[in-house]
Amino acid sequence: MDGGLAGLFEAFDLNTAQSMSITYVDAILQAQETLLREDPRVFLYGQDISRFGGAFKATKGLAEAFPGRVLDSPISEDAMAGVAIGAAIEGMRPIVEMQFADFSSIAFNQLVNHAGTHFYRTGVPVPITIRLPSGGTPGSGPFHSQSMEAIYAHYPGLVVVTPATVSDAYHMLIQAVAHDDPVIYCEHKFLYRWLKSPSIQDDGLSLGQARITRPGKHATIVTYSAMVHEAVRAADRLKSESGWEIEVVDLRTVKPIDMDTVLASVARTGRLLALGEAFPWGGVTAEIVARVAGEGFHLLDAPPSRLNSRDTPVPYHPNLWAAHRPTPETICLAMRELLSF
Amino acid sequence: MARKVFRAMLEARILEMKLSSLYKAGKIVGGVYLGKGQEAVSAALGAQLTMGRDLFAPLIRDQGGRTAFGEEVIDCARTYLGSVLGPMRGRDGNIHRGRPSQGMFAMISHLGAAVPVVAGALLARRLKGELAGVVGATCIGDGATSTGAFHEGLNTAAVERLPLVVVVANNQFAYSTPNDRQFACADLLDRAKGYGVEGHDLDGTDFLQCLRVLAAAVGRARDGHGPQMVVARLLRLTGHGEHDDGSYVPDTLRAGHLGRDCMEVAAAQMIETGYATADEIEAWREETGERVQAALAAAQQDPKPDPWTEVWQACSKPLI
Repeated sequence: MDGGLAGLFEAFDLNTAQSMSITYVDAILQAQETLLREDPRVFLYGQDISRFGGAFKATKGLAEAFPGRVLDSPISEDAMAGVAIGAAIEGMRPIVEMQFADFSSIAFNQLVNHAGTHFYRTGVPVPITIRLPSGGTPGSGPFHSQSMEAIYAHYPGLVVVTPATVSDAYHMLIQAVAHDDPVIYCEHKFLYRWLKSPSIQDDGLSLGQARITRPGKHATIVTYSAMVHEAVRAADRLKSESGWEIEVVDLRTVKPIDMDTVLASVARTGRLLALGEAFPWGGVTAEIVARVAGEGFHLLDAPPSRLNSRDTPVPYHPNLWAAHRPTPETICLAMRELLSF
Repeated sequence: MARKVFRAMLEARILEMKLSSLYKAGKIVGGVYLGKGQEAVSAALGAQLTMGRDLFAPLIRDQGGRTAFGEEVIDCARTYLGSVLGPMRGRDGNIHRGRPSQGMFAMISHLGAAVPVVAGALLARRLKGELAGVVGATCIGDGATSTGAFHEGLNTAAVERLPLVVVVANNQFAYSTPNDRQFACADLLDRAKGYGVEGHDLDGTDFLQCLRVLAAAVGRARDGHGPQMVVARLLRLTGHGEHDDGSYVPDTLRAGHLGRDCMEVAAAQMIETGYATADEIEAWREETGERVQAALAAAQQDPKPDPWTEVWQACSKPLI
């Protein structure tokens, strides 16, 4: 078994998980239940989300609990986003579930050109929340694995969040719906059932604030979503194997970026790896490197670096998939190179 | 109703001819897109809607509909002239304007996009328990019926059985592309049938027919019969924009029935039916001309946007 697959099976360690009680997808379900219960403006719209409960069961039971407020849509992502925009202009707080983030490409025009421009053009905000089941899982292949956050973050007028923990999955969804601007909520499918927590905690962070997930002093990994967990694994190995103390910053929100937290971390460590699961051309990691180089060049003791997936479609077979995305092994390699300067 | 529609048409025509002159004089930055020849169908729709209750998403050739719905001339003048006092404050221009909080949506350039947005706004009214008696309408052209957004949006509205009226102005050309390179069905109304939507055929050059058919279509939607699709056959009597001479439109088409000017037809029909006298129409023309001129003059004096004081902020509540 190669290193990549070992990391994969480590991630699926159900023995650890079963002692916990709330999964990441449960947190999303609970947040939606809370929102429907507490805010009459909220309704859910998406494919198969009503009585079926959604492809990932993130809306299970909600149609029965809130009749008429959890609506199945046709397979029409453009119209789904358009419906949400129109409803939001009329004072509602729609949550749209895209069945897979990949399919939101069909809704791209409505999201970036309609929702994203609306407040600047008209002064009327568009409080929609678009849930994107994102990222790779083994066997999902090129069209059910994409990470779309950079695409949406590129456009003005959209907030893009990427929760990495069970508690963030809950609180950031509540905050997204309360927020007056369009929020692209990227939830990682790999975390849905693997990531569990005894309870939902609130550490008081709001949208737009990053978190130091693991403190350290020799180098900083700035990352988000599922890669936070891979970064922590890599950091643990580097600590046990070589004594390196790696700081891991979880961006939580990738648009806007909490540069205060990023720069403060780089000031402490002098070294930066920006890590993401998305494709390598441009994107969040490039933005982090560019900003740190521009705003914190004097803080750096080594060239700022980045690690992403490979520049191919996300492959289907687990052997290929596990080697396509960054893994603790490739992260450790990148970190050792960074630390060698 | 006939008098209201006719006066909106008149205002639209006069306003747009003046905009054309301002464009040719170099006073307007960006494009000018006219609805010449499409005023009757557009205004007949707008007049069926009530601002504050109904929803309206006009497109680029709907000055008639905008005016009939209740948009002030000054909003148009300010948006075309880039006034900071207009609804778009120089951030967007020309026909890309609206007052969404009053139920008039601000179009984006991507065609068909408003169809699901109006459907969503109607869905919101239903969820709030405020749908009774409400209609949402949007206008598109023959070309926009080829977009995914149109198909997805109309289908969605039909599935939800929403009171949406989609008015297709089939002006025979999408920019320069003729109908036979745009669609292969015999009639665009076939598309309504395909979605389980009621369809209404219409001679868009005939003022009285526009009044009758739009009243019927909007009425059907208002009475709970689901989405309605109106296809108006007509010709755009101008280029796509004022930069375009429309030379691709064959003379035979211009000289034929579709090439009739709905404004002239309307004036004749108003007089024939006794809705107005020739003297009244002349007085309206004069009064409207002065009012339009005053609005355009005022808007030219308005402050222009200033990059130094502009709030360069795309979100309403910046997180950082």
